[in-house]
Amino acid sequence: MNNYIYIFIMALTTFIIRVLPLTLIRKKIENRFLRSFLYYVPYVTLAVMTFPAIVEATQAQISGIAALVFGIVLAWLGVSMYKVAFGCCAVVFILELFLI
Amino acid sequence: MSSKENKMRLFAQGIRDGFPIGLGYLAVSFSLGIAAKQIGITPFQGFLASLTTVASAGQYAGWTVIAAQAPYFEMVLTILVANARYLLMSFALSQRISPKTSLLNRIGVGYGLTDEIFGVSIAREGYLQPVHSYGMFLSSIPLWSIGTALGIIMGNVLPFRVVSALSVSLYAMFIAIIVPPARKDKVIAVLVIISFIASYLVSRLPAFSQISEGTKIIILTVVIAGIASAVKPIREEEDE
Repeated sequence: MNNYIYIFIMALTTFIIRVLPLTLIRKKIENRFLRSFLYYVPYVTLAVMTFPAIVEATQAQISGIAALVFGIVLAWLGVSMYKVAFGCCAVVFILELFLI
Repeated sequence: MSSKENKMRLFAQGIRDGFPIGLGYLAVSFSLGIAAKQIGITPFQGFLASLTTVASAGQYAGWTVIAAQAPYFEMVLTILVANARYLLMSFALSQRISPKTSLLNRIGVGYGLTDEIFGVSIAREGYLQPVHSYGMFLSSIPLWSIGTALGIIMGNVLPFRVVSALSVSLYAMFIAIIVPPARKDKVIAVLVIISFIASYLVSRLPAFSQISEGTKIIILTVVIAGIASAVKPIREEEDE
């Protein structure tokens, strides 16, 4: 078994998954259910990926929870994405100086 | 403004938007590299795999197939499951891209469709602009690839405190994407809360422990977004 062949198959399969809908669906979908579904999908997917993963990513759980809460507050106040990301990292770093 | 100037501006904006994503990638791909080293992937192979696949969960899953020296078709199946959410994202983007977009641009946008790129793309107003996506690719995907190679070469050199802090950056970006629309639209706010709870339950229930992370994401997304679309279909003006 050759690593390069594995890598090629991995890349090609991923590429096809990503490109197929974008290239095949060229019209606006008229069905209201399907349109609603596609409108909601991004938010649900991102929310599902964020929690509880953010709490499990850090060394201490409590710093992950703090980052989650701090991030939600900052984003609610309309702070830009870059600053939210930086702020959450800073919260984890500072908290863990005391915790670990 | 001429359309060429406009494109340059969008491209530059894309590079700026992609950079924080790239920094987050650097931390994640570094650990991906450490995992790759343990199964005998060379720095160049790691770099190549990251440049061509650009998928964290997908590549982790891919590493396990390589580690097991499993038959090639198992790589296809594993990647289909681990990356199936990109099919949904590509579907969603197909409704956000101008119908006039060329085939080449559709393929180009699809190549780098990661969770983070998708998040930034849907947070922008109006049609998705391929040049903006290419700008984001340029400032993030090389860092993803280099980070993987560095992880293989250097192993654990970053202090654990830094790795821990950087590990939340990608999730923080997701939060920054979903919270502002949730503030404006109560349905989205409720959906986000339901998604958090459901995702937490699924991660804790032993019945789901055999299911991969990628599969959980797909199932939860389809179920929650499906129910929401049946109960609360969007009004016409929310459509654009």
